[in-house]
Amino acid sequence: MAKRVGMEVSIAAAEAVKQANVDVISAYPITPQTHIVEHLSEIVANGEMDAEFFCVESEHSAMSICIGSEATGARSFTCTSAQGLALMAEMTYIASGLRLPILMIVANRTLSAPLSIWNDHSDAMMIRDCGWVQYFVENGQEVYDHVFISYRLGEDRNVLFPVIINMDGFVLSHVIEPIELIEQEKIDQFLPPYQPLYQLHPDQPITMGAFALPAIFAETKKAQEMALRASMGKILEVWKAFGDMTGRYYQPVETYRAEDAETLLLTMGSIGETASVAVDQMREEGRSVGLVKIRLWRPFPFEALKQATLHAKNLVVIDRAVSVGGPGGPVASEVKAAIYGEPIRPSVYNFAAGISGRDVTPFDFIKMVDKAEIEIEEGNKEGFEIYGVRE
Amino acid sequence: MIENLNVFAVRTLTQKEYFAPGHRSCQGCAEALAVRLVCKALGRNIIIASATGCMEIVSSPFPFTSWKVPWFHCAFENTAAVASGIEVGLKVLMRKGRIPQKKIVTVGLAGDGGTADIGLQALSGALERGHDFIYVCTDNEAYMNTGIQRSSSTPFGASTTTSPAGKTKMGQITWKKNMAAIAAAHNIPYVATACPSYPMDLIQKVKKAADIKGAAYIHILSVCPTGWRSAPDLSIKLGRLAVETGTFPLYEVEHGKYHLNIDFPKLKPIKEYIKLQGRFRHLTEEMIEEIQTRITHDYEQLKERDKRGF
Repeated sequence: MAKRVGMEVSIAAAEAVKQANVDVISAYPITPQTHIVEHLSEIVANGEMDAEFFCVESEHSAMSICIGSEATGARSFTCTSAQGLALMAEMTYIASGLRLPILMIVANRTLSAPLSIWNDHSDAMMIRDCGWVQYFVENGQEVYDHVFISYRLGEDRNVLFPVIINMDGFVLSHVIEPIELIEQEKIDQFLPPYQPLYQLHPDQPITMGAFALPAIFAETKKAQEMALRASMGKILEVWKAFGDMTGRYYQPVETYRAEDAETLLLTMGSIGETASVAVDQMREEGRSVGLVKIRLWRPFPFEALKQATLHAKNLVVIDRAVSVGGPGGPVASEVKAAIYGEPIRPSVYNFAAGISGRDVTPFDFIKMVDKAEIEIEEGNKEGFEIYGVRE
Repeated sequence: MIENLNVFAVRTLTQKEYFAPGHRSCQGCAEALAVRLVCKALGRNIIIASATGCMEIVSSPFPFTSWKVPWFHCAFENTAAVASGIEVGLKVLMRKGRIPQKKIVTVGLAGDGGTADIGLQALSGALERGHDFIYVCTDNEAYMNTGIQRSSSTPFGASTTTSPAGKTKMGQITWKKNMAAIAAAHNIPYVATACPSYPMDLIQKVKKAADIKGAAYIHILSVCPTGWRSAPDLSIKLGRLAVETGTFPLYEVEHGKYHLNIDFPKLKPIKEYIKLQGRFRHLTEEMIEEIQTRITHDYEQLKERDKRGF
């Protein structure tokens, strides 16, 4: 029987990396990701795990080492936050272009300036188009589970993409939650050792990373685009297999009391749990409000999103980042694009909330729903605002 | 070691080529020659991590490749980190029994820009961590691939497209960064300078680096006729002159111990080296004198280190 243990989510993430039998870990310390690397270095130092651990001189090198080791066929892991992710941004595009199934956990944190170590999604949004499979998880159990899910998915020969697990910094990374640990035998069955399709080895010399002239580049980009879109089927398959093993079934988009709701809140990441409390409160007051949560950010779940939202009148999208000078929040942009072609679709009102760790309470969600319903009623059907700004 | 080898020794080298002909380097490219010799020295059981740059561009336009050994390229500034990753990947896979035990040499290959400028941090990190690999810098003294822009390895006075000789400035105004000394300051077991004009010396150094456990750094002066504005048929001669004038002395630093490989009782005047290169065409007699003074001083210093041993 699986054990249920109270532990910090970062520790759970590190334990999962250990159980996933990762070969190479390379990282650079940055708040709030630090507890993961600290715990992993302890695990390796205590001989609980047979892996090479390197605390390197920069995030750029952390990702570069993972790229090199993954190219030899070694299962590789790194984790970072904010400025660290910005520094390794160049390499994220390359890891995906070279189809190296590295796993990275991002403990999401605000990008400077001003310097701030607290949580929002501005770091993840910066590399939105880097070509990785990208999840936004809601709680510690999902972080733990997705380490196994991600390797099994990324290493599948029909997928071969690196994977990012986005988990909110501090509010998720530093909290203690009950985590149901999976027995090692089950994990070994679910996640066998990595069998690379190509690997750097003198017995079969290959050239990896040749440059592309304009005559071929567009074709490579299309191949990457098709493959990432096509990974959707495999993502659902792996989630199903994982659910059959643990009883925890995941979906690209999840809904909560949403089926008949007139107004829907839409969130991504850990604030979904807070939003569900707000939904309960509003339902008790007799209001027709539900919740839609996006778990899979790339490949974007267009169909699932439509199914979950098209029946509603109002869609209140809560972003955790701002596309400065652009259309508002990045999640709302995607949602609008997904439903644009539909003859009947909800009005989308967009808030950027919880910017850089500002608390978002159930009360705040109720206020946002109130505001959005009034604005839409008054004809401001596609509004955007940064919530809770003191004026 | 050079004086014991006559010119025919080159014929004793393997006929096998691991850096295949047909690549797209310029006529007289001594960097391509250096890479060819490095590969000959190491044989087939290697993996090369290459930086973006001339050698990457000339050898790997998809779907072609000049590499008969496994070769990996991903970016410009991270060659040492990527090579570190390859080295640890092989190590852990062998330890876990997922690939057979076998000696495979990991090589990082980058130009002077990718080493002395943008790649210096990654290199320092890799040398400090002590990965078992060879880092080869093929130094052609500027960003030749992007069109001859100055790097911190460009010599004083050289005219490049971003340190042009103009009415008020006379080319590069800073002195060449001493990369071999920087590498040696990391207390790694082996550092050497080499030049393909001395092929046997170069090959011996690369072989030695492969045998040594730990990080090794080899800095290879690679004459670039395109960037140096020199005749393509003079590349070998220019490499020799660089050594004979003391501009680029050949030496090793083994476990901190300096050893000058070829010592000249009397150096040739720097002018002989400079006059064959268009990039120095604008230099005045005073500037040449200034360079001569500096080169002589640096060479004397190196000789003292050789005598002292550290």
